[in-house]
Amino acid sequence: MAVQVPRRLRRGARGRARSLASLAEALLTPHGMDRYLELLDPMLVRREIRGVVTAVRRQTADTVTLTVRPSRAWRGFSAGQYVRVSVDIDGVRRTRCYSPTCSEHGGQLELTVKAQENGLVSGHLHRHAAPGMVLGLSQPAGEFTLPAPRPRRVLLISGGSGITPVLSMLRTLVDEGHRGEVVFLHYANTAADVLYGAELTELAQRHPGLRVVLAYTHERGGDLHGFFEPAQLREVAPWYREAQTYLCGPLPLLDSVRATFGSEGLSEQLHTEEFTPPPVPADGAAHGQVRFTHSGREIANSGKPLLEQAEDAGLRPEHGCRMGICFSCTKVKTSGCVRNARTGELSPEDNVEIQLCISVPVGDVEINA
Amino acid sequence: MTGLQDRLTPEQVEAFGREMDELRQRIVADLGKEDVDYIQNLIRTQRALEVVGRGLLFAGFFPPAWIAGVGALSLSKILDNMEIGHNVMHGQYDWTRIPELSSQRFEWDTLAPAENWRHSHNYVHHTYTNVLDKDRDIGYGILRMDEGQKWHPYYLGNPVYATLLAIFFQWGVMLHDLEVEKVLKGERKVSELKEVRARILRKAGRQLGKDYLLFPALTGPLAPLTFLGNATANLTRNLWAFAIIFCGHFPADVESFTEEETENETRGQWYLRQILGSANIEGGKLFHILSGNLSHQIEHHLFPDIPARRYPEIAGEVRAICAKYGLPYHAGPLRKQLASVAKKIVKLALPGGRSEPSPEPEPATVKRERELTAA
Repeated sequence: MAVQVPRRLRRGARGRARSLASLAEALLTPHGMDRYLELLDPMLVRREIRGVVTAVRRQTADTVTLTVRPSRAWRGFSAGQYVRVSVDIDGVRRTRCYSPTCSEHGGQLELTVKAQENGLVSGHLHRHAAPGMVLGLSQPAGEFTLPAPRPRRVLLISGGSGITPVLSMLRTLVDEGHRGEVVFLHYANTAADVLYGAELTELAQRHPGLRVVLAYTHERGGDLHGFFEPAQLREVAPWYREAQTYLCGPLPLLDSVRATFGSEGLSEQLHTEEFTPPPVPADGAAHGQVRFTHSGREIANSGKPLLEQAEDAGLRPEHGCRMGICFSCTKVKTSGCVRNARTGELSPEDNVEIQLCISVPVGDVEINA
Repeated sequence: MTGLQDRLTPEQVEAFGREMDELRQRIVADLGKEDVDYIQNLIRTQRALEVVGRGLLFAGFFPPAWIAGVGALSLSKILDNMEIGHNVMHGQYDWTRIPELSSQRFEWDTLAPAENWRHSHNYVHHTYTNVLDKDRDIGYGILRMDEGQKWHPYYLGNPVYATLLAIFFQWGVMLHDLEVEKVLKGERKVSELKEVRARILRKAGRQLGKDYLLFPALTGPLAPLTFLGNATANLTRNLWAFAIIFCGHFPADVESFTEEETENETRGQWYLRQILGSANIEGGKLFHILSGNLSHQIEHHLFPDIPARRYPEIAGEVRAICAKYGLPYHAGPLRKQLASVAKKIVKLALPGGRSEPSPEPEPATVKRERELTAA
């Protein structure tokens, strides 16, 4: 019989704790220990990651900055990565990705959230975040990170709330006593929109190798004025051709910087992270590609429910009633938007479970099947 | 026998189906925090009952503690299986996107692994409700529960098999997923069921391990009492689940269908079959919760993925729609439904049924339609 009893007590407190934990898991089957521990305190969970908000501050009118202490399963992150943050709103768990702004050294997380117009999660956090609030967290993900060893010259470019991952890189480099040259070039509408302005100025004063350049697009008075231009690169970081550049911000900024680096043959040295909201799907003809990541199959969206499209593509996903009642064909949609054929409801969020038989892709969709 | 499709005219079926769709849409649009709070509170109650029940069995030498412990543990298992497990695994809370409430991840406190059961119950039973030779819940491959099942001397034991199934219900549900009768008939190969079998061994091992090895062992000298206590809790849950589930589809006036009748069903016809093939049990609020709202079997079969706490609220409306279309709405108190099921089990032990055709009354709805046309 497959009873999971610890085979023998291993020496050491750690081994004993682990044996006790596996005994507890066996006793608390099938629900598992977290489902009981969370009833005492949501932060006691062992496997899941949660974070409790310990401090809240508002740097600008439309942002909120949270300090979060993660639960014990958190294993840390690399500067530039993002985490999935979940909150329950009207009974539904909503998840969004945010890049921590803090240094990767240290056990806490700092998140800065900009309240987007009609933003469900960002608006909720902006209005309701308070010390004691518990958030759902994921392990970190993302390839937008600094290499090891660190490059000697680093150019960090950000626009608006795109500051978050590159600020984390900057703070990490500072913590590590980085000896090379770092330029931090940030674009904001006005001085009032600059996040972490005072801290950036202070950091620049303390570290001779660091130069902070603030560019205002909608007013004068900054170090630079206006949107990105190639000439600005030569002005603020004349060595940018020998540097590694990390860029995060709105799409127009990304596009113009990419074009500049591309035209100089420097694309390899430019690393970017996009924070574009999912496109609002338009009604009408089927368009886009459907990708089944598990099998690696990709087809043009025919406008039929995903189950039929998968079968048309030669796949045989598990299914049952084919009318939305039995949930046999539920799979995780990793990206893109689908429309529920029964209710017409759109589901634009990433990493949600959908029923293939009644979900019609709207544009590009990626399914873990 | 009245054909399923003769009850209503095609136009009526369509209009009836539309009304059901509208009802569903209205409830789905209204789902929110209250529904999540309800199920999470219920889960908290179940977990508390379980911890208290297990705890009391450590004092099982004191008879009142043993009895209270078994009571709490029985209630915990009933809530876990009925109002929580059954309903969560139907996808009733998938819209919340909360992993603990996801139909794909939930696992319940019974021998049958969730994944096997989701196939045999959510898909097979709910798609082919009361269709002979398709709905494997009819008799669970053991009993003769319908006159359409050909009689065989084996069925003389019907009442005995039913009693044994009630006592060992969680084993019955577990083995049900192996589709033994299909393997015997040569419709399925044993090799096709490798995964199902592996899941059963894994899950049953864990379940039996905790109830009959680990918890008894932890209570030391009280091990036999704890063992007995856990077995009693499992038995209580088994009897209760059997009673509720058999009253949902097998009281006398509930109908069954042939495969031919249900070919190329429209959505409206599917709804119609769910109503004719299910029966409700009347009772109070606590009774409904303990039955997992399967006391509202009709509403559950119409809308298996709507949170069960909503069934009482829509039952009146469903009943009114049935009345409007001249459809039966089978309902009765538990003792009446139980008696009716017991009678059927005994009656069907003996030969009878299709071999003695009885004159069928003309369905009321078709007659009324004709009268209306004539008027």
